[in-house]
Amino acid sequence: MPKNWWKILCVVLLAYTVIAGLLFPVPALRQLQETIRNLYFHVCMWFAMMILFTVSVVHSIRFLSTLDLKQDIKAMNYASTGVVMGLLGYATGAIWASYTWADPNNPAYASFGSIVREPKLIGAAMALLIYFAYFVLRSSIIDIDKKARVSAVYNIFAYAMLFPSIWIIPRLLPSLHPGQEGNPALNYNDIDARMRLVFYPAVIGWTLLGVWITTLKIRLNLLKEKKWMNA
Amino acid sequence: MVAPALAAIAQQESAEMADTMRSNGKIYVVVAVILTILAGLILYVARLDRKITRLEKGE
Repeated sequence: MPKNWWKILCVVLLAYTVIAGLLFPVPALRQLQETIRNLYFHVCMWFAMMILFTVSVVHSIRFLSTLDLKQDIKAMNYASTGVVMGLLGYATGAIWASYTWADPNNPAYASFGSIVREPKLIGAAMALLIYFAYFVLRSSIIDIDKKARVSAVYNIFAYAMLFPSIWIIPRLLPSLHPGQEGNPALNYNDIDARMRLVFYPAVIGWTLLGVWITTLKIRLNLLKEKKWMNA
Repeated sequence: MVAPALAAIAQQESAEMADTMRSNGKIYVVVAVILTILAGLILYVARLDRKITRLEKGE
């Protein structure tokens, strides 16, 4: 039981996130109103994705130095769950934006244009597409050692591309997306103290959920490999 | 989630929060629904976890 303490922590933190996230007071901002609570859900998806991608690239680097295929399996699965969370972050962002920034007076096709020209959205899409290509690359190589080596190197480049496309360039361009001056959620002065109380545990909770799901996938993968080798 | 959509149109006054849902207690229904969904997903993941542990021990 003590071995799985972090899974219990994950459940507790997620339950806290939902309860406190919906019931605790939040600052009243004109355009966002109650949707500011999405900070604990939409923004957490991206944070969890970044952490999972970081773990993935660390495993890729470890693979390149040890050539242990287990590291490659771990790298792939962390990247996979990271992509899922990124997609969820994108989808939830689209929903949130359509109720807040998108002008309700514009017909749907007109506001689509203004959203699609949004640098942060393009940057995030680019980053996710680069990770999709990681999986395409993996499936194109049949030899497992070659597959592991080439995709580990690609993973490092994919990770490096996250920074200019999601964090740096969108902050330099005029944008409607929150967070123009400095880092919106991590900036100590920018985020209200009441929100910090829920936001930090939420990041940990969602990340732990991502890790839990990934470890299950890894264990399943390793079991399959073992069965395959003992057959 | 209907409240933000309606409130987005009425932007001239100071930020309107979802006090209606809070005052008539219906926000708790929302919390209960989300917690139920979360519980269902967590139980599913826990069940998968136990199944995999059993498979690992079986070897």
